[in-house]
Amino acid sequence: MAGPKPEAVVNGGARQQPSDLLKKTVGVKLKLKTKQQELLIRVSILFLVYVLAFITRLFSVLRYESMIHEFDPYFNYRTTLFLTQKGFYEFWNWFDSESWYPLGRIIGGTLYPGLMVTAAIIYWGLRFLRFAVHIREVCVLTAPFFASNTTLVAYFFGKEIWDSGAGLVAAALIAICPGYISRSVAGSYDNEGVAIFALLLTFYLFVKAVNTGSLAWALASAFGYFYMVSAWGGYVFIINLIPLYVLVLLVTGRYSMRLYVAYNCMYVLGMLLAMQIRFVGFQHVQSGEHMAAMGVFFLIQVFYFLDWVKYLLSDTKLFQAFLRITVTLAVGVGSIALGVGMASGYISPWTGRFYSLLDPTYAKDHIPIIASVSEHQPTAWSSFMFDFHILLFLFPAGLYFCFKRLSDATIFIVMYGLTSMYFAGVMVRLILVATPAVCLISAIAVSATIKNLTQLVRPNHKVSQTGSSKGTGSVKGSSKVTIDQSQPFQRNGAIVLLFGAFYLLSRYATHCTWVTSEAYSSPSIVLAARGAHGNRVIFDDYREAYFWLRQNTPPDAKVMSWWDYGYQITAMGNRTVIVDNNTWNNTHIATVGRAMSSYEDEAYEIMQSLDVDYVLVVFGGVTGYSSDDINKFLWMVRIGGGVFPVIKEPDYLVNGEYRVDKGAAPKMLNCLMYKLSYYRFGELTTEYGKPPGYDRARGVEIGNKDIKLEHLEEAFTTSNWIVRIYKVKPPNNRW
Amino acid sequence: MAAELRIGITALMLALVLSISSQFLLVTASSSPQDLQILNAERRIDLTSHIIRVFLTLKIENTGEAPAAEVLLAFPPTEVDRLALVKALVPAGKQKKKTYLPLDVKPTELPNAPNGAKIFIITLHNPLSKGETATLEVLYVLTHSLEPFPAEISQSESQLVYYRDSALILSPYYIKQQTTFLKTPSNKVESFTRVESTNRAGTDLKYGPYSDRAPYSFSPIIVHFENNNPFAVVEELVREVEISHWGSLQITEHYKLVHAGARHKGVFSRVEYQSRPSFSGVSSFKNLLARLPPRVHSVYYRDEIGNISSSHLRTDYQKSELEIEPRYPLFGGWKATFVIGYVLPLQDFLFESPDGRRYLNFTFGCPLADTVVDKLTIKVVLPEGSKDPSVVTPFPVEQRLETKYSYLDVVGRTVAVLEKKNIVPEHNSPFQVYYNFNPMFMLAEPLMLAIAFFLCFVASVAYIHVDLSLRKS
Repeated sequence: MAGPKPEAVVNGGARQQPSDLLKKTVGVKLKLKTKQQELLIRVSILFLVYVLAFITRLFSVLRYESMIHEFDPYFNYRTTLFLTQKGFYEFWNWFDSESWYPLGRIIGGTLYPGLMVTAAIIYWGLRFLRFAVHIREVCVLTAPFFASNTTLVAYFFGKEIWDSGAGLVAAALIAICPGYISRSVAGSYDNEGVAIFALLLTFYLFVKAVNTGSLAWALASAFGYFYMVSAWGGYVFIINLIPLYVLVLLVTGRYSMRLYVAYNCMYVLGMLLAMQIRFVGFQHVQSGEHMAAMGVFFLIQVFYFLDWVKYLLSDTKLFQAFLRITVTLAVGVGSIALGVGMASGYISPWTGRFYSLLDPTYAKDHIPIIASVSEHQPTAWSSFMFDFHILLFLFPAGLYFCFKRLSDATIFIVMYGLTSMYFAGVMVRLILVATPAVCLISAIAVSATIKNLTQLVRPNHKVSQTGSSKGTGSVKGSSKVTIDQSQPFQRNGAIVLLFGAFYLLSRYATHCTWVTSEAYSSPSIVLAARGAHGNRVIFDDYREAYFWLRQNTPPDAKVMSWWDYGYQITAMGNRTVIVDNNTWNNTHIATVGRAMSSYEDEAYEIMQSLDVDYVLVVFGGVTGYSSDDINKFLWMVRIGGGVFPVIKEPDYLVNGEYRVDKGAAPKMLNCLMYKLSYYRFGELTTEYGKPPGYDRARGVEIGNKDIKLEHLEEAFTTSNWIVRIYKVKPPNNRW
Repeated sequence: MAAELRIGITALMLALVLSISSQFLLVTASSSPQDLQILNAERRIDLTSHIIRVFLTLKIENTGEAPAAEVLLAFPPTEVDRLALVKALVPAGKQKKKTYLPLDVKPTELPNAPNGAKIFIITLHNPLSKGETATLEVLYVLTHSLEPFPAEISQSESQLVYYRDSALILSPYYIKQQTTFLKTPSNKVESFTRVESTNRAGTDLKYGPYSDRAPYSFSPIIVHFENNNPFAVVEELVREVEISHWGSLQITEHYKLVHAGARHKGVFSRVEYQSRPSFSGVSSFKNLLARLPPRVHSVYYRDEIGNISSSHLRTDYQKSELEIEPRYPLFGGWKATFVIGYVLPLQDFLFESPDGRRYLNFTFGCPLADTVVDKLTIKVVLPEGSKDPSVVTPFPVEQRLETKYSYLDVVGRTVAVLEKKNIVPEHNSPFQVYYNFNPMFMLAEPLMLAIAFFLCFVASVAYIHVDLSLRKS
């Protein structure tokens, strides 16, 4: 009997307390709930952005098929296939005799293996988990996958330089920005696909390291840099931008121990790691492009030394003198070392590509092979608008916000934005590098603006919140409340502006989707056109020709074509080519250019000396496909003439005009390229109401309809005549 | 059932071709072949495509004392390698209600056959007693028997081929009377061997009648004629049939196609090919027809470098026809490899036998019309966890078992592999694969996925709640 009573008392006592406790826990729960809600919203937005970045890049798969696009991705695909089939060591030591015949190419030592290794690891991982995927699907989806990962990095980067709101906006903007999508749609299996991720990751980790001064972050940033070096030649941008940034921080008096730790660790480790990539090798200590980083590295040591001396010396005058001497000495020693290195040839001078970045006109005058690539042309205004849309206007606004709240991190993003915008102006393809910076800076503008506006829109809420929030907040809030009360229309204005911002952002989303689906999702191997009845017509001539080569020519046949098609012929046709898109030997390319622009018998001698069995030309006269070899022909003449002065550009022009009709130059009408493109074309009526031999790509009737071939014979022409393959006949018997 | 039906149809065709009633020779086989004799033999050789079908009608009489149950067929050794199929039928019933019963045909070795002639034994249902006669219908199919001559032709030429055979039927029996008819695809016959009493009218060439020929008589003939039919040969075909008990049958077929006619020589001119299709590249072909089962869906047609956009699928409730075009027209000697894949509803092909086992009933052979398959491999991928597979085929094939790993497989799937050489459309008859399967295994993979996701969530919950910091900051 006595037992239960105390229990009841205990219960009764407990019953009193829970009501208090309940209140407390509810309070805690509510508080946690807002936090959790915020987390939930943030995570779900990020997740949606992650998915969006992936699926918006699948237009190409829906419109066409799951295939590798364009030119370079075919090489990457071929090497990845080799890597997955033969393993890493075989890949590393691969001497490819199928390209650059008869020279060959050391693949392992002349490529950035990051992309292939990444894809192979994903492939092996999936295989290990028993997902029976084909390596092609992995390659096709690598770029979208990494684009999704880039949005995550953009979020963290935005959070680091501004706040998590800006991070979210940055992730959303970069997920659909056309400037980035252009190089990362499904099937665009190129270095840039993973390199932008690596670039942004390195920058983020470095800024994090600078902000925290943590050795771990600096180490992570070194590994990010290593991944970037392994993936893309654009790493040179990092190794120049980061020293420049450090230099700016030093000059503006923002030197700190954090910076010292971050840069030293990142530079030294990053350099050592980068040297493990065979293609890069000792360039970090030997090439002119990497010397800035080394100079800054020594400079920061001098700073550290001076700092230490300043700490030891309390006398400012003495220190000033010491400073002067040390700086002079350091600069002197540095420049002498650089001079000696340059003079002795230990440090290689800047390459042509680097020059052409600094001076947009350089390539045009000196390196025609760089200038001939359309993506190396200076950027037109329209393509900035096309690729950035509203970001182009938000970018300066974001810069304004950055300058308003200057910190180590915002200085970095400002410098990244400005330098990359300059490079984007020099070369079309470098818009890609500028895109993350533009997105981040624009995100700051959007986020800050919307944040300010929403604060104006709900002043009442603000008042009630100010009571509970911190002291500084309440001061700010109350001051704002007073402004609001004095200007009641401000709230309406803010609402209008919010709607405006919403409208602009939705326009941006529409534009991005449209651009992705219309402009950036074509694989350029398969051409699509609208037929007479509005139906979709597919021109699959490239693959027709390559597959014909693969099946019906001897396995050791050598195919000569302009270098654009080299990677595709080796990957899809599985035949040896003379030159390909890895334009490492200008003379070899010039030889092919010379053969194409010579008369047939001269060209035959060149082809005999190169052991050529088949010649492949691309011809758009029947379909009106304008990027064919006749339209590229002047570059062949220029590149050929650059090495062999026998070939002179004026011989192919009439009064400086490039023509293929009756008024064309006689040399033009009889050169190999003209003959191979137009062989028996004069018999064909291409368009109703036009004479036979009417070239639809150039809109003229051709000038030489009676083409006889002596040393070559037509081996194959695709159904729409886009690719024509000729067989080189064996030499005639002498007797 | 279907097999009998098919044979019935073949028999009907035979009956149409052999509408001439004739007298037949009779043969005994059991011990001494001399006890049988052939009263009348008629042979019709169809040379219109590259698959040569020979219809042989034999009237056999037993002249010996003992009843004869076995009839022998002889083939020259060169023909045996190219012999894809031998079928024998015996007609039963009266004129209008005539039906044909299939007979068992087996290759055998006969030590006293001259010049290495190869012998096949036909076993009769009812042994022939003394003086009795019987009529046999024999169909045999030859492949790779037309030799292009000239062996290389240019685009504008048409294809001429040699066919070699004997004017007399090779037989271990005495033949009283025999006739051979050859049917060429067109009137263009360059030359043919003249043996006594040879007639040619239009597309028909007649050798005979010849009477009273001794056993193993042989008289070589050669016919040189035009044949522009597509010589579509699949050098290697691998068909993979994957059974999923979730309701589908996935079929993947890897083809290695070649034009086995006269090799293409010199120039291929697209302008000629486009503007003069009746004179240029007449022996080439650019499309093929694949006959697929009805209710087929998710059809694809691709090769190593991607999708091939030139194909058309026509479906109705009885059959599906897939018309495919290789990437380029195939001239003599040109090759093309491609893959066709499709999905079929499972209930049309998977059944449960009375003893509780499941069995797949699927068609052997190649779905492409009018093609020869040099080597056919059929892989039946059974679901994971199935046991004791056994295969029933209408003709002997090589068999073995393999293991394949597909999505989320742990122990792997059992694969029954069937291999056979020299396949012609006549081989398209059903075969069965029996196996035991416990439906619980169907749930293994969804459960695995569910557990993986669950663990993933548990891990993230744990990650959020675990605090590994040493100090509270």
